[in-house]
This record gives sequence, structure tokens and C-alpha cells, in this order.
Amino acid sequence: MAKARGRGVAAVNYPTGMNLGGDPSQALIHATTTGNFVVSLAAVDLGQGLKTVMAQICAEAIGVPVETVIIDTGDTDTGPHDMGTFASRATHRVGNAIIAAAREAREALMQVAADEMEVGVADLVTDGKGKIHVVGVPGKSISVIEVALAAHFKHGRTVSGRGMVLPTRSYPDPKTGKMSPANTYAHACTVAEVEVDTETGEVTVLSLKSAYEIGRALNPRMVEQQIVGGAWMGMSHALYETTEPYYPDRSHGPVDFNEYLMPGPGDLPVFESAILERPSSDGPYGAKGVGEMTANSPIPAIANAIFDAVGVRVDSLPITPEKVLRGILLLNRAEAG
Amino acid sequence: MVQHIKEFFAAERDEGMHAVGTSEVRSDISGHVTGKTQFYADRQIRGLLHLKMVRSPHDHARIRGVDVSEAARMPGVVRVLGHADVPANIYTILKLIQVEPDDEPVLADGKVRYKGEPVLAVIAESEAAARAAVARVKVDYEVLPAVLDVEEALKPGAPLVNEYHGHNYFTYEGHHCRRVRHGDVDKGFAAADHVIEERYQSAPIEHAPVETTGCVVVPEANGRLTCYSNTQALFFTLDNAALILKVPFQKLRLIGGTVGGGFGGKVDVIVEPIAMLAAMLTNRPVNFGYSREEEMQVSSPRAAERIYIKDGVMKDGRIVARQIRLYVDSGAYSRHSPYGTTKAAAHMPGPYTIPNVHVDCHCVYTNRTPSSAMRGFGVTIGDFALEVQMDKLARLLRMDPIEFRMRNAYRDGDMKAHGKVTDGAALVEVMQAAAKMADWPLSAQGARASSLRRES
Repeated sequence: MAKARGRGVAAVNYPTGMNLGGDPSQALIHATTTGNFVVSLAAVDLGQGLKTVMAQICAEAIGVPVETVIIDTGDTDTGPHDMGTFASRATHRVGNAIIAAAREAREALMQVAADEMEVGVADLVTDGKGKIHVVGVPGKSISVIEVALAAHFKHGRTVSGRGMVLPTRSYPDPKTGKMSPANTYAHACTVAEVEVDTETGEVTVLSLKSAYEIGRALNPRMVEQQIVGGAWMGMSHALYETTEPYYPDRSHGPVDFNEYLMPGPGDLPVFESAILERPSSDGPYGAKGVGEMTANSPIPAIANAIFDAVGVRVDSLPITPEKVLRGILLLNRAEAG
Repeated sequence: MVQHIKEFFAAERDEGMHAVGTSEVRSDISGHVTGKTQFYADRQIRGLLHLKMVRSPHDHARIRGVDVSEAARMPGVVRVLGHADVPANIYTILKLIQVEPDDEPVLADGKVRYKGEPVLAVIAESEAAARAAVARVKVDYEVLPAVLDVEEALKPGAPLVNEYHGHNYFTYEGHHCRRVRHGDVDKGFAAADHVIEERYQSAPIEHAPVETTGCVVVPEANGRLTCYSNTQALFFTLDNAALILKVPFQKLRLIGGTVGGGFGGKVDVIVEPIAMLAAMLTNRPVNFGYSREEEMQVSSPRAAERIYIKDGVMKDGRIVARQIRLYVDSGAYSRHSPYGTTKAAAHMPGPYTIPNVHVDCHCVYTNRTPSSAMRGFGVTIGDFALEVQMDKLARLLRMDPIEFRMRNAYRDGDMKAHGKVTDGAALVEVMQAAAKMADWPLSAQGARASSLRRES
């Protein structure tokens, strides 16, 4: 049994948002009497952690602790309009809507704080820990809870904000394709290392080493989840998956996970990843969408690594052992003949 | 583990934030791992009915007649719905962003255009009763010739898949494909040292979420319908459903926001409108969730794509012309594919600056399960083709594949094929970082390169 190793590289970019379709999102924020901030949305968390990141963005923009932010989403009766969670748009679009709403809410919060302490708004800073301080006067501060209570029961003011984003819709020129398809682009490069069994055509991915430029990692740990999950999916696309194994013939379509092949935990390679940040001019705190792109660069990197290992180009996905082995046999025959 | 590399673009970043940039624990993680998270199907609802579809066994067929008499008499069967029961049966999901024409029936009307297409909806007291009744429905089909290959479908005389389009492709403002034109590729090929053309192909791919697509609809005492759904887009679903049902938008309420994996598979609006209709007509709560088989063979997959890339390159590594013909296999209906095809066109020629580019992206109808959105929509398969092509070109020129990419990588200020000036580029830097991690040696020039400027 012979095994051949090889490595391959691929570099890609990925657009954030759905500019070609009109892409609005809204957020509403209000403070409770006790200084918590409820963010009302209609965005959907697919399990990627949207709610957590939205709480972080709101906390940052108002200047309060993350624990005091409550994300209320998932109900069209209570949440303002959102296009949906797709096109790597949610963090970018909903995040920007929250920042806009938070700016308004913060303004109201600081005005009430200034009135309570009889100082100017310009002299106040939030510490992100639940207090508002007078600049240059150590010890002179007020808690966000006190301000919220005063706003409700003394000043009769709401501490709230409305936020909306609507990126300009781009209509492609039908003749030339001139268009503005995205606000910003994330980037990725993967180096894949594989081992090919030259008797069976089976490919083992040994490692995926990738660098991702994502504008700003709002939550590095959740970025890592996307990176590992996406790389797994990319590897699966490259080597395992299809609903039509003999496409365009429709026969032998899998109907369950016994027939629909995907790599299991034992097939996973060594993942090594790096995050780079070049803030986008219009993303929330510079963020770009990272969700979708993580599956893309591993696929061609693996295909190129297989060629490097055994000299076989498989230009159709998935790259099954059958296709690799046929390629190897063809090469051997050419060399022999 | 992920390393956070700070040395690149440090001058462009603000630091010192208190909430952003911290690794807060995902709010729903403990619920997910302890099984406490409530998904749409976890609600206990009294008197719940179940909907199952009678589906086409043929790729393409005329429906001569249906006989539901035996099925309707089966124990537990409450009602069988056909196309005539659906107020606005023909729709298209992207009509909300002015995509035309309506081209897909909620329930087949006179014809089926793919294997698995819903023909009749059986509503019964239990899933088992619904399934048993589905097996007793008799549909008389006249099988028609089918076309399953994108290029065959575009040939004169190919079977017509979708009468609402009148031909087997989506029309982009009078054009048979989405075009991008930049420079003059013929001149570029004529001047090139090498010209190569390659063909790439993918097969459809399933999203494979742990939780299959589904919803439960509850008629409320106030006359409204509450739909508990795992859609990725609540208002998109609400608006499309109201149009299909011809009910005021105020009648519908969508509750969701907890999804057991989406990946683009839950942006089609397929299960909700028919389940809402069933709930309206029976005045009972109705559940419609896909089986795993339906999820794999009937729900929209990632489209298969066929991509031809023709490149002209110079001996020094510059790509001077790139011509792309890309075919998206949309299956029998549009769903989101016209959008994905445009996104594919916008993505070409990849993150490289090439002076002459010619792109034709075709959204093609065939007699298979309609494809739709999936993670990396319009881009993933294009990236596979582009980046394997880049590897072939580098080897042709006997250049290091990373150095070859750096030679062509877009830099700030470069004009893209779709007419936008590049800003915020970072392709060079991710290659430098990945090369370092993989101990991939770079030349001094490669190590020095930057996305901020093009070295002379």
C-alpha cells in the first residue's frame, strides 16, 4: 500500500451583504426602569451566536456591561423588520442598526445623567461597567440603574433609540455588468496537506492551515467556531458530499446519513488558523461577514494538494476515491504505454 | 487554536473597546448541549394535525387526473388539498425584491417538473395516517421527455421545463445570461504567451442541518395564525405567505429565531404557506416538517455548476485575459437562483486584477429539484474553479502558486471587472500569514508585498 503526500493552496475573498436585492434591517432599543437595555429585533440566530454578538455591539455602543443587554428577537409581532440571516449580512446589517439605535439611547441616557448630576453632557463618560463618571472629578459618578430610575420616575423620559440601515440597492447594468454587489470583502487563504492512498484513491486531509481577514473579530471565540465549522464543511464538499452522485443522472440519490457521506470526527484534520483585521469602513466596529467564506478556500486547496500528491486533476466535485483512482490508473497506463 | 495576528493593518484599528472583541460565551450554548433549547417542534400543542405531501415520481410529466377518493376515506384523514385550494398558487420567492415571473406552483397544476414535486397535501390526525393516505392517492401521469443537463437544456429543441419562462433560462433585463464586460478579452488572448481553457463541474449539495425544515401553525381565537417556524428570514416568510394565501399581512405572525442549522437551506418559503392554508381550512393546528429523505432530495440543494474558464497569461505571470462561462443548474424553478447567478457574475474573475474580463453566467432550468441558497451562495463553486485554475496556471508557468497569486492579487485602487474600485483589500496579507503558518517559503518580494500598493 503506497501513500503519497502533497499540499496545495487557495486564496479567496467574500462579499458581505445582499446589495443587489435591497437589504434593510432595523433595531429598537429601550431601557428598563432598572437600567437594562432591551434590543428588539426580528433577526434569526442560526446557532452561530448572533444574539451574543448583538449584545456585545449594543453594550459597546451605549457603554454598558454586556450582562445588562437583553436581546429580544424571533417574533414578527414585537421585532421591527429584518431581511433575514443569510449572505453573511446579519452581523454587518443588524449590527449597524443596533449602533444607530444605541447612539440615540445613549444620548438620552447621558442627558438624564447630566440633569441628575447638574453637569454638562460633554463632561460625562461611561465606564462600560455600569457607571457614568464626570471627567476630571474623581469619585463623582452615577450608576446607569440610578439614571434609568430617574428617567422613568422623575424626568418622565424614555431612554430609547431607533436604528435602521438600508444599503443602497445596486442594479447591475445588463450589458456591462457594472454594479456594486457588496459593501466590503473578507479574505482567506488555506494551505491544505493531504495523503492519498494510491491503491484505493482515498484522500486523508492531514491539515488545514488558514488565515482569515475579517475586518474585526467582534467575538474571537465565535469566529473560531465559524472557521472550524466552515473548514469542516469545505472538506466535506471537496471529498464527500452530493445529493446526486452521478449528476446529471438523478439515480442513487441518498436519503439519509448512512448514504449521504460526510466526514466524521475521526476524519478531521489538524486545524491551524489565524485572524487578521483590516476594519471595513462601514461595518460595525469594522466587522465583515465571516460566516460563509470559511467553507470556500479549503475546497480548491484540497484539490490542488491531491494533484501535488499524485499528479491527478479532478475538476468535478466531489473528489471521490473512484475519481482519484481512475486518474491514478490513467497516469500509470500512460507511463507504462 | 486561532492566533490573532495584530501586525497587519495596525494603523487602521482602534483598540480599547470593552465589549467588542471579547469572547463572550454564546448565549444559547448551554441550552443546546443540555437539550433544553426549545425548537419549533418541541411545543406541545393539543389537537395537532399533520401534513404530508403526495410527490411526483417523475422528472417531467403531465397530470391527467387525480383520484383521492380512497385516500380521503382512510382513518384519520381530515382533508386533501390540491392546487385549486391555494388562493395564489403560482408564486416566486424573490418577488419581494421584484424578481419576475411567478414560476412555481405551491401544489402542481396540470404538470410536474421534477421528481419530488408536491402534487397534493394530505392532512391527517397523525403522521402515520397522513403517510398511509399519501400512498393511496392515485395520480395518472403522462410521462414527458425530461432534460437534466444545463447545456442540453439550452439547445434548440430541448424539452421546455418551465412554461412561465418560455425557455430554459432566466432572462436578465432582456439578456439570456448575467454579463460582465471589462476591457477586450480577444485582444488579451491574442497578446498572451499562453491560452488555456478548462472545465469544472460540481454536483448538488445538501445543507444537512440537524433539524429538518418545518413549521407548526396554530389558528388563534382572534382570527390570526401563529406560525412557529425555523425559517432563516421571518418577514420574508410572512410576506410571501400572505401573498400566496391572499390574506391581510396582519393575519400572520411568525415566531422563530431558534434554528437547528440553516446554511441557506431555510430561506426558501415552502413549508409555511401550505401549512398555514391547512390550518385555515381545518381551523386546527397543523405540523409540516420534512423527513430526512425530503430534506435531502426535495428541499433545495446548493446548485450544481458547470464553469468554463479560459485564461490568457504572460510568461512573467500576469493574467491578461479571463473569459468565463458559468451555468447554474436552477432545477425546475427560480427560487433564489437568479440572484445567486448574479452574485456569481459579480464575483468573477476572483480577487485578481485582470485587465480584460468577459463573463456570461447562465441561470438554467432543468427537470430536477430546484436549487437555492447555500452558504457561499454563487461563490463557493466559482472559487473551486478559479483556484484550481490558478494552480494550473502557476504550474504551466513554473511559478510558485502563492507568488503567482500575489502577482495578480487585487490591491487598493485597482478597478474591478464590475466597475468598482478596490478598497480594503487584504488578499496578499492572508497569503503571507498562511504561508508562514505552513512554513511555505516566500521570496523577498512576496514577503514584502502589500495590498495597499502594487509594487513596480
